[in-house]
Amino acid sequence: MPATSSLTFDGPWVLLRQPSPRRLISDKAVPTDTPSASEQADQQRSAWMAAAQAGDQRAYTRVLNDSVALIRAVARRQGVAVDTLDDVVQETLLTVHRVRHTFDPMRSYDAWLSAIAARRAIDVLRSHGRREQREVHDEFAFDMHADRDDASAGAERVQEAQRLRKAIKTLSPGQREAVEQLGLKEHSLAEAAERTGRNTGALKVNLHRALKTLRDRLNGDS
Amino acid sequence: MSDAARHEALIDALGAELTPVRRLLPPWRRALGWLLVVSAIAAVLLMRYGCSTMLHRWDAAPDLGVAACGGVITAITAALASFVLAVPGRSLKWAWLPVPSALLWIGASGMGCLRAHIPGMPVMDLRGANDCLIFIISFSIPLSGLMIWLIRRACPLRPVLTAVLVGLASAAASASLLEICHNFDATASDLMMHAVAVAIVVGANAAMGGRLLLKGFSQR
Repeated sequence: MPATSSLTFDGPWVLLRQPSPRRLISDKAVPTDTPSASEQADQQRSAWMAAAQAGDQRAYTRVLNDSVALIRAVARRQGVAVDTLDDVVQETLLTVHRVRHTFDPMRSYDAWLSAIAARRAIDVLRSHGRREQREVHDEFAFDMHADRDDASAGAERVQEAQRLRKAIKTLSPGQREAVEQLGLKEHSLAEAAERTGRNTGALKVNLHRALKTLRDRLNGDS
Repeated sequence: MSDAARHEALIDALGAELTPVRRLLPPWRRALGWLLVVSAIAAVLLMRYGCSTMLHRWDAAPDLGVAACGGVITAITAALASFVLAVPGRSLKWAWLPVPSALLWIGASGMGCLRAHIPGMPVMDLRGANDCLIFIISFSIPLSGLMIWLIRRACPLRPVLTAVLVGLASAAASASLLEICHNFDATASDLMMHAVAVAIVVGANAAMGGRLLLKGFSQR
């Protein structure tokens, strides 16, 4: 089981205050303070994540499902707009997956997740800030802008397709394969898995990462 | 696809590719590993130069001994702080850990300029001071590189601050190693060169190390 609330206290002096494992066991045997509901939930998530680190898929999906609300709350506190909260959720879930080895079950899962979510929220805010700087906000632009089907529209579409093809070429082999099979050839997951020899989970993750990379590249973020 | 369904699909996909992971060692153990490398270099230098000159300097001018202790403690605390800060969810207060020892190190080094010279010990000229600068920088490069490589396995959410601490740890460790083979009395120009070397190492880490750590994190 994860730590009691005293272990979630952090700072250089934690080395002096952190109880020994033996002390933790005795604390659990004779509880002096009843942990609050949020602390209990945090401890439960810590336990699930510890099990996930050992390869328990059920505990992992539980802790990730439980994390969505917390990530959204952190993103809201950081000032992320409602329509982009779910981008932060997706980015954070992917990061959690990659850095799950850094979680220490003796510490608070919520603190660990909140730090990652806050960072991803800042990344999303910056990314949207850069995009908005490039966009033109002119209330008359719609009236003054030429129709989409003018002479240049076809050429623009060709250029966009070329940019997309170039961007797809720069993807890693796994991501490119997922885009080609699922996006361009429109195969089902099962068909794509059969053709590539990869499992459907890996294909979905590769597609998600590829779409993120393409979005960033086409928006000029990298 | 609704947002809830998107999250569910992603969670299912991540669950499907879940494999057991080896948990990151506690920061103090990782810092200890890096400090063992520094200790091994110190052992080689001690075998080569001995410790009699160093002890003679400290005996004749205790402020140099205090400064050296400050340098060693700064290397230890800055290394520990940088490994701790590379783990998500740890308090930013850890960044203050090396500050007292760094102040001791800088303060005691500065005091060296105010006292009388050690009898019989040569005074360093500008060329010798340049050698100190080269020594500190050339030892700091591999030490910083090693620490950044170790930290990239974690998840430094504050890459620049972490890199500054990496620079401070490496510069303090290199200055402490220099103490073993520094057969000169402290002069203002020598101490100034030490300060410049430390500033270069910390600045270069903040610029390049921060970028390397950020790149490592962005790819996650």
